[in-house]
Amino acid sequence: MLDTALFYSFALLTLLGAILTVSLRNAVHCAIALITSLAGVAGLFLLQKAEFLFAVQIVLYIGGITVLFLFVIMLVNLDQTAKQRRYTRHWLAPVLAVAGTGALFVGFLTRGRDTLALPAPRVAAEAGGNVERLSELLFREYLVPFEVASLLLLVAIVGSVLMARKKAD
Amino acid sequence: MMLHPITVTHYLVLSAALLLIGTLGVLLRRNAVVIMMSIELILNAVNVNLIAFSEHLKTLNGQIFAIFVITVAVAEAAVGLGILIALFRNKETVLIDEIDLLKW
Repeated sequence: MLDTALFYSFALLTLLGAILTVSLRNAVHCAIALITSLAGVAGLFLLQKAEFLFAVQIVLYIGGITVLFLFVIMLVNLDQTAKQRRYTRHWLAPVLAVAGTGALFVGFLTRGRDTLALPAPRVAAEAGGNVERLSELLFREYLVPFEVASLLLLVAIVGSVLMARKKAD
Repeated sequence: MMLHPITVTHYLVLSAALLLIGTLGVLLRRNAVVIMMSIELILNAVNVNLIAFSEHLKTLNGQIFAIFVITVAVAEAAVGLGILIALFRNKETVLIDEIDLLKW
């Protein structure tokens, strides 16, 4: 019962934040709405027993990315843009595309919900906490992708510095 | 009203809704910063999906995948915002329909 209530409150937080993110006029308000949405997703992670990802979501997304967004909003000075139109002039095709995709999802759900057969979960859960088991897996089985990810981050650091720096005269 | 117990389907519906809202934001907004925020929403929808299946199947592979998704999202946000700053420095705007250098 508590799980159900928590799920619905986090889901509400997530969706409400998302809707406000795409609909508010001022970009700073959008960033704050994004924070609520990301916090809702973090709560969902906790409900699904993904404690490590919960922490990562809080630290990296809410603490890192949104601060980066606010920083960029400050740098690009959006005072004038806040007074102008929020949406593009070409709204019909996107709305139709999204409505079509949504109808497709609803169709899948109504047709398939009775015949939906997910593979049975493995009952033998290993010992240890979430972080412990995750690190075991990450540093043994997924060691190569982990190292490649570090390369990606290096490239991203160099790229963002190169993009954002002033041109040397 | 009888509430069903929370299953994977609930998470899938939530994730689909989040994806659609994010897509609307990407396609409709004019402000490039808000478009980047909408991309983050889409990536979060993917993560919700991955975590839901990871918990249902009692395997941690989905969570590992979500870690990598978050890594890529962070890299994308850093580079994207760097591009936005460079763009603003050159064009004095972040409204995407005023940036039409490649259009003739």
